Parts: sequence; structure tokens; C-alpha cells
Amino acid sequence: MKVYIPTPLRSYTGRKSEVEAIGSTLEELLSDLDRRYPGFRFRVITEQDQIREHIKVFINQEQALTLTVPLQPNDEVQVICAISGG
Amino acid sequence: MPRRKSTPVKTVGLKSATGSLALLVGTRKGAFILRGDKSRRAWKLAGPIHLGGIVHHMVMDSRDRHTILMAARTGHLGPTIFQSTDRGRSWKEASKPPAFSKAPEGEKGLVLDHNFWLSPGHPSEPGVWYAGSSPPGLFRSEDGGITWEGVAGFNKHPMRSTWVGALGEPPGGATLHSIMIDPRDSGHIYMCLSGGGVFESTNQGADWRPLNKGLLSDFLPIPDAEYGHDAHCMRLHPLLPERLYQQNHCGIYRMDRAEGVWVNIGNKLPKAVSDHSFPIVLHPRDPETVWVFPLDGSFPLGRVSPGGKPATYITRDGGKSWQRQDKGLPQRQGWFTVKRQAMTVDAHDPVGVYFGTTGGEVWASRDEGEAWTCLASHLPEIYSVEAAEF
Repeated sequence: MKVYIPTPLRSYTGRKSEVEAIGSTLEELLSDLDRRYPGFRFRVITEQDQIREHIKVFINQEQALTLTVPLQPNDEVQVICAISGG
Repeated sequence: MPRRKSTPVKTVGLKSATGSLALLVGTRKGAFILRGDKSRRAWKLAGPIHLGGIVHHMVMDSRDRHTILMAARTGHLGPTIFQSTDRGRSWKEASKPPAFSKAPEGEKGLVLDHNFWLSPGHPSEPGVWYAGSSPPGLFRSEDGGITWEGVAGFNKHPMRSTWVGALGEPPGGATLHSIMIDPRDSGHIYMCLSGGGVFESTNQGADWRPLNKGLLSDFLPIPDAEYGHDAHCMRLHPLLPERLYQQNHCGIYRMDRAEGVWVNIGNKLPKAVSDHSFPIVLHPRDPETVWVFPLDGSFPLGRVSPGGKPATYITRDGGKSWQRQDKGLPQRQGWFTVKRQAMTVDAHDPVGVYFGTTGGEVWASRDEGEAWTCLASHLPEIYSVEAAEF
């Protein structure tokens, strides 16, 4: 499925804004992304398996709050960073 | 703990360095490297490295003189550590950066906010590094910083939350810092907690005990509290490991382990000068010589050079007397703030002393603080400055 990558994480994906990954849950998808792009998962998920405070994940434009959310092969996943500056 | 004899490691002082030098500068918006020539007169600024990343500490491995670790994060993403094995020219991210253990179901676990302090391990353990974090945690790598494991002896110590939480959570988060290894014994480790005090382990981190006897902490309800002290920075002298120096929230202290009590040496500073500061650095060959950078310690939290007149203060007699050093520094309207990792020394003769300000300036003295020059300005807020001898 397609995964949208925000700017701060594109150093992991070779500057790609959109990548392909697989998984039947968000947890599996993030594990696959971490296999393809080592280090990716810990930058967005804490050691307590929580989505980090300034990160949001949307599946087909609906926010996912846990890693157990089921996924379908044609789903679109967006990883979003909060906008901030200074 | 049995009393240790106050015996120097080497009776003849460490040989002074003569090679080229670099200053590793961590800032709120990335890292920079100032490379100096052998004379320490010509400097070239390289960077930014990891632009936009918050770099709390960047340290060279003094054992191999080419590996550098950098503790970094961004405002949005989780913390990590980068390793360079070519003196900062290229970088590789840790495949398993420091992280707390996952809590059992139904319990709230710790989430690492940032890695704050990096220390190479004992010379007999090449590749070993330690990292201190916020919230306070201790981590160890055995492969040069690529994979990290928590030091369970502290992170899961039954007293950890009591030690860490003694003062509550300060703005910016409580930290574990000043990790130092006894050069005579790889299992003898010191570290400090901001809002906890000084702690030591004599079994490579398997257990810890407070080491705060003699410290004044006027904000604590118990005058001779065993822990809860606000240690800002501690240093162990490499040639006289029985000698510890500490810049504390409540003054400057020295401890000789044979005595086992912290002795206030900040009260020998001139009355008009604050004994509040964050960094403290030691002469690499003379255990009696120490520099501090006094900051206004009064409330409401000035933490800038007293009176807008920045200066270092040096003692050459272990704290019995102090001398002001301000030649070349602004004589008025110089409101410098220097963080605890942002002051360092080199190993040349005479010793070079360096500090970085939160206003983005790096200052240097080639003559042990007698005269200062500005090496770089207009950098982001500086968090750390470490000397790297090549």
C-alpha cells in the first residue's frame, strides 16, 4: 500500500515522499517500513508502542490511535508531523 | 565502600598534545565542527551537520581518535544517536538507539525524550560508550554506539523514581549527566542526576549509591539529605581519580575520596561573583587547576553573566583562591549563558580553554584563560562544546 512520508522523515526514504510497504495492521506496516528504512519506526513510535506526541497517522483520511488498526492492501496511509517552528 | 587511597594514576603528568584539534559544537539547530591548526590560531568552521536537529552532545572517542558520536533528535521525531568513524565527515545512525524497556501491560512505561550526555567507556573496553538521557536513564553500547541497551542496575533500580523525582520535573526535563569512568577500574562509574545528586557504582552499573555528603542544598527540607541535590556538572581528574570537582546549583565543591565529604570551594570566589554556574572543567595535567563560568544565580533565574560582564574564574590551588579572567571578553552588556556541556579544555601546553554561548558564539583561550578571542559567532544556541585531539 502507499504510505505518505512527511518531510522530516524523508532522510530515511531517499527523499521519497511516497513509498510502498505491506502489513495487515499498522504495527506490521511500521515493522515493514523499519526493515526497508532502518530507524524509521523509533522516530515515530515510542518504546511503549505509542504514536509520538507530534506525529499523527491517518488511514484513508481517518486518524489511527493505536498500532492494532487493521489495514487492507489498497489502503492509503499518511504519516503527518505537527507544524511548528522556531 | 572502603576508603580509597589518594594516589595519582601516573606520577608524571600526562604528556601534552601537539597535534591538530577540533571543537565539536552541538546546537539547537544542528552540529558544527571547528577545525584548528597546530598553533590553534587558524580555525575553519564546517557544518551544519544534521541541520535542524537538536544536538545535545557530540563527543570524540579519545581512545581511537576518529570515532565521534552525536546525540540528536528533532522537535517532532524520537531521539537517536549518530556515529562517525571518519572524524565527522560521514555519519551513520544507530540501528538500536537508547530506549527504555517496554512496560508490562497496564503499566505506564518511560519514554525517552532525548539523549543528553555521551561518554566513552574505559580504555580497556574499546567500543564501549555510555549515554545519559532525559528522563534520567543510563544506556551502554558495546559496539561504538550502533546498538544500545539500558543499564538495568539504574533504569530498574527500586530507588530510581525516588532519586529522580526528589525535586520534581524541571523545565526541559530532568537529566542524567556527567558519566565518568574511574581510569583505574572499568566497573567504577560516577554519574549525576539533575535534581538527584551524585551517584556511584562499583560493579559496572549493577547497583548505585548516593554520594552527596557535605553538599549544601538550601532548597531541600532536610539539611543533610542523602539525595535530591542539584548537581550541574561533575568532573573526575584523570591523573588523580580520587579527586572530584562539582559545579552544583548551590555552589562549587571538591571531594577527595579519602575524606568522603564534599567541601565548598565556591565560597572562596569574590562576594560580588556568583558561585552558581553550569560547567566546570579541569586542567588535564594539574588536578589543582579548575575553571568555572559564573552565572547570575539569583531568582528569577537570571543565569547570565553577572552584571553583563562575562568572565571565567580559575583556581590553581584546588579552590583555595580564584582569579578572574576576562581579557578579550565583553567588558559591558555581555549577557552570556554557557550550558554545562558547553565548556571544555584541550590537552596542549599551555592548555586551551573553550566555551560556547547560548547566543551562538564560540570563545577560545590559548593560554589557560589569560586572554580570550571569539572563534565563531552567529551559530544557533550552543548546547555543547567538546575538544577533540587528532
